[in-house]
Amino acid sequence: MNTPVVDGAVLRTEIRLFGREPGAIFWILLFPTLLLVILGSIPSFRQPDDSLGGLRLVDTYVPITVLLGMILGGLQGMPQVLTGYRERGILRRMSTTPVRPIALLTAHMAVFAGAALVSALLALLVGRLAFHVRLPKQPLGYAVALVPAVLVALALGSVVSALSRTTKIAGAVGSAVLFPMMFCAGLWVPVQAMPDLMARIVGYTPFGAAAQALNQAAGGDWPGWTHLAVLAVWTVLLTAGAARWFRWE
Amino acid sequence: MSVIEVSELRKSYGGRAVVDGVSFSVEEGEIFGVLGPNGAGKTTTVECVEGLRVPDAGRVRVTGLDPVADHEQVARVLGAQLQQSELQAKLTVREALELYASFYPHPADWRPLAERLGLTDRLTTRFGKLSGGQKQRLFIALALIGNPRVVVLDELTTGLDPRARRDTWQLIEDVRAGGVTVLLVTHFMEEAQRLCDRIAVIDKGRIAALDTPQGLIRRSAGATVISFTPSAPLDEHDLNALPEVASVAYKDGRVTLSGTDATVNAVITLLARHHITAHQLRVSDATLDDAFLDLTEAAA
Repeated sequence: MNTPVVDGAVLRTEIRLFGREPGAIFWILLFPTLLLVILGSIPSFRQPDDSLGGLRLVDTYVPITVLLGMILGGLQGMPQVLTGYRERGILRRMSTTPVRPIALLTAHMAVFAGAALVSALLALLVGRLAFHVRLPKQPLGYAVALVPAVLVALALGSVVSALSRTTKIAGAVGSAVLFPMMFCAGLWVPVQAMPDLMARIVGYTPFGAAAQALNQAAGGDWPGWTHLAVLAVWTVLLTAGAARWFRWE
Repeated sequence: MSVIEVSELRKSYGGRAVVDGVSFSVEEGEIFGVLGPNGAGKTTTVECVEGLRVPDAGRVRVTGLDPVADHEQVARVLGAQLQQSELQAKLTVREALELYASFYPHPADWRPLAERLGLTDRLTTRFGKLSGGQKQRLFIALALIGNPRVVVLDELTTGLDPRARRDTWQLIEDVRAGGVTVLLVTHFMEEAQRLCDRIAVIDKGRIAALDTPQGLIRRSAGATVISFTPSAPLDEHDLNALPEVASVAYKDGRVTLSGTDATVNAVITLLARHHITAHQLRVSDATLDDAFLDLTEAAA
């Protein structure tokens, strides 16, 4: 009776459409790695720093750039696309077919999640090849931290989309949330270099927690349960909010 | 058998009744028109049929099913062309046709459909680059792509040039010839008069009249219009006193009367009695346009 919320043909279409968006490809897939390359080219970023526990700045920037693709896509890409699908009646048109319009939302989210993961792998790979940044010593732990980070980015983007009546509003809200999120991920000051209190506060934000979990796994430890729990709580709350506030029209 | 049944349908927005007790039923293979001024509740009515809106009260059935509760089953047999909708801007015409075809269990072949709608040379064009008329034709194709038993078309030919409009009318007639039931919302009287077997005129959320196009025209007060230039002046009192006359206009020596067949005969008798010749005598049936204005004004 109930059609599945995922539709193969819709998913293939959304993948193809993503390939036609040079802006999204650049910002989600390439920009984070490009930023890593630029920062890594600065000689001082490649000097071991005692205040970072002997790490080089470029080492601390790999997890940040891993998260950057999710943040940019989750706040600047996805909400505007989803809101546009509603605003322009694309969801409505789909509502008159046997396939439920939610299939279009899930397909776009899946494409975004895939792109964010590819972006993360690219940053890890380029960090390794260009700047000898060690691959995570605890790969499974890294993956365990990465997945909820993608989920929380999806949930955050969905809430922005749910609360924004128009694409323009979605863009504005997304930008407003974007900068604090990038700050918490450590784009301006890596979490390791933040003062203790600030690091602790940042640790309760979705991407602050994700950055710290990734750092732990990169260093060879299992990501702390607190960080994973913070990510899980944010994901549940934001998803519930999105489900509650989302309007089909 | 009634393919679409609507009874006592009501829908309000913010306390304002947009649809206020509408009932009609559409038989299999019928082209049923919904006509009415802007804001009369036409679109809301058909959106309830499509399952896009949940009625506040009343009953809607499509092939015996509830379009809200049994949405998926209804969606399989109902093709819709909405008044306002879009597709992803970078989706090509061909991809859209293939994607929408994949949604249905027994889709039509999109190639002949695209050809009939003049989309064959636009297959690789992205939706965002199509003209208004091309978008409209694509949406008509998408409404038909699932091989539906029922098609709901909301402002079918808006944005189409006269040739495309006539081609589309022919297409709809062919679709109906295949046994498909058509529910058509329109503004164009010519379209309603040509296509529809029956028409419901909706005004202020209620059905003002429901009849065949000819029946609606006959109902209107001035169903027949007579105009001529008399060879000598006529007394306006005589004209007004004619049987079943609905209106008289005397302008620049030309008389225009509306009424019925009885009025026509009476005019001829009157002229003969006064030995007046009627130059450039024209007798024409009122159009659906006239009937429509009559019906919706009467309710105003």
